[in-house]
Amino acid sequence: MKTFVYIDHFKGEVQPASWEALGLAKTFGTTIALVFGSGLDEISKAAFEYGADEVIVVDDSALTDYRAEPYASTLSALASSLSPDLILFPTTTRTRELAAMSAVDLSTGVLTDVTKFEMNGEQLIATRAIYEGKVLEKTVCSGKPVMATIPGRAFPKPEHVAGKSGTPTKAAAKTDALTTVQGYSASESAVNLGDAGIIVSGGRGVSNNPSLGLDEAATAKVGFELVSGLASLLGGAVGASRAAVDAGYITYSHQVGQTGKVVSPDLYIACGVSGAIQHIVGMRNAKVIVAINKDADAPIFKVARYGVVGDLFQIVPALTEALKKKLGK
Amino acid sequence: MKIIACIKQVPDSEAKVKAEDGKISWGDAPLVINPFDEYAVEGALQQKEATGGTVTVLCVGPESARDALKHALAMGADEAILVSDAALTELDTVGAARVLAAAIHKVGGADMVIFGRQTLDNGAGLTPAQTARVLGWPMLGLAGQIKVDGGSVTVERVIEEGRQTVNAKLPAVLSVVQSIGEPRYPSFMGIRKASKATIPVWSLADLNAAAPTPIITRTELMNPPARETSVEMIAGESPEEIADKLADKILAEKVL
Repeated sequence: MKTFVYIDHFKGEVQPASWEALGLAKTFGTTIALVFGSGLDEISKAAFEYGADEVIVVDDSALTDYRAEPYASTLSALASSLSPDLILFPTTTRTRELAAMSAVDLSTGVLTDVTKFEMNGEQLIATRAIYEGKVLEKTVCSGKPVMATIPGRAFPKPEHVAGKSGTPTKAAAKTDALTTVQGYSASESAVNLGDAGIIVSGGRGVSNNPSLGLDEAATAKVGFELVSGLASLLGGAVGASRAAVDAGYITYSHQVGQTGKVVSPDLYIACGVSGAIQHIVGMRNAKVIVAINKDADAPIFKVARYGVVGDLFQIVPALTEALKKKLGK
Repeated sequence: MKIIACIKQVPDSEAKVKAEDGKISWGDAPLVINPFDEYAVEGALQQKEATGGTVTVLCVGPESARDALKHALAMGADEAILVSDAALTELDTVGAARVLAAAIHKVGGADMVIFGRQTLDNGAGLTPAQTARVLGWPMLGLAGQIKVDGGSVTVERVIEEGRQTVNAKLPAVLSVVQSIGEPRYPSFMGIRKASKATIPVWSLADLNAAAPTPIITRTELMNPPARETSVEMIAGESPEEIADKLADKILAEKVL
């Protein structure tokens, strides 16, 4: 099988699931990495080092800023001329758009957030979560190429062989942009929960500490500082429940669960998160779940590996200290 | 300005959705407007307030989807249209985009078409960009802020890496995210108006459209494997003692 792997990057920073897509493609056969943008030498070198058989580079100043229309047209043109069987993408805000548009051009479809592939003869069967993870479906795409996006951490990252090299093939860009990028500001805390190996989350409970003598918002701020402190010690990301986001304690980009992000880290520490079904479906695939909650009956304990019935304002700082010592940090 | 908000009806987010006899079941939970699409209606109403014009809500779905359209009318939308046809039960996102584009043409086009970022059921989030592609209009996805100035629109896109300001000429297709602002509650007057509104139902024949052949099809539905966990509760005399024991347990899992 011949697979295109779209390497998604933003200003030269590659979304890590791009390499996971490349590793997956290699299990199917010939792997051709696609890199669009301008100034792409580093990324195309990395694509060879992660095992691409071939790298197609479309380096054009018209593609400096990602814009859906020219990126989709460039991809559609390459797919039309080289007829891959499959195009894989990491799931990102960009690939959702460009895969969507390219599928219209090529009269095919996109399977999003696929977590498992199996072959049935010549047909690729994809498993994906629907209803925010409450149900799984197996789906097939009868168009050609089959297009699919994969979430972060669903497939293993391939081995990186430094110095492995090749000569990239150059291809022409389509320049049918309909939008103009006028500016960009990095978010104060770029959150990428999907790729995080460790997530420490705060829920409603972060605002529950009358002994501080502060109002709700100020208490929540202290609570999330404790959560962030533990996350940063462990090199992890900060998550939040919908209740905490709705209450305005933290921004939406941190939200885990239904209407937020579905995550699968190695370690998930839920602090003051009660465990509503919408939250559980977003994090139950974490390898190890630790729950800290005042309420012994909180549903979060039903999915946890380790539980502490206690006050997060006491347990979280103590845990941060204990881990700091034991990790020698 | 003529604004169209596209919505879908889905089972309520509290519903215990499961696979049952090869079908999706959501028990007796109500069907509601897709929560992400409430933001689309909110964004459309904000633009109407800023620049004048009308808001039309458009939905492809079964007869029951009238209720979702009525919710949008009660929020303040001017009119609602339901596209419903027995031939549309197996619709995939490309098919939905083609049907929506045909309906948008039938209402005489628009200056702006606004979607929610994704639906709660399929969750693919592909339809907005696919509708833009079918229409040949620019796509401004994941807008957290919208500003219309004459014949162009500028949005602030909320992406993984931060916020990006992007401009396009109208007409354009947008999708919006939560930072657009909390959807307003239907007013008493709005609810009364919505209950009296007649919602036209268009079939594929009305749109002069053939039933799209689905490219993506489902072959099996499954419930996620039950997670076998027995929680181990960590207790102790003091927070420090509990933390010490818990830290040892976490370290023993070798996930750090």
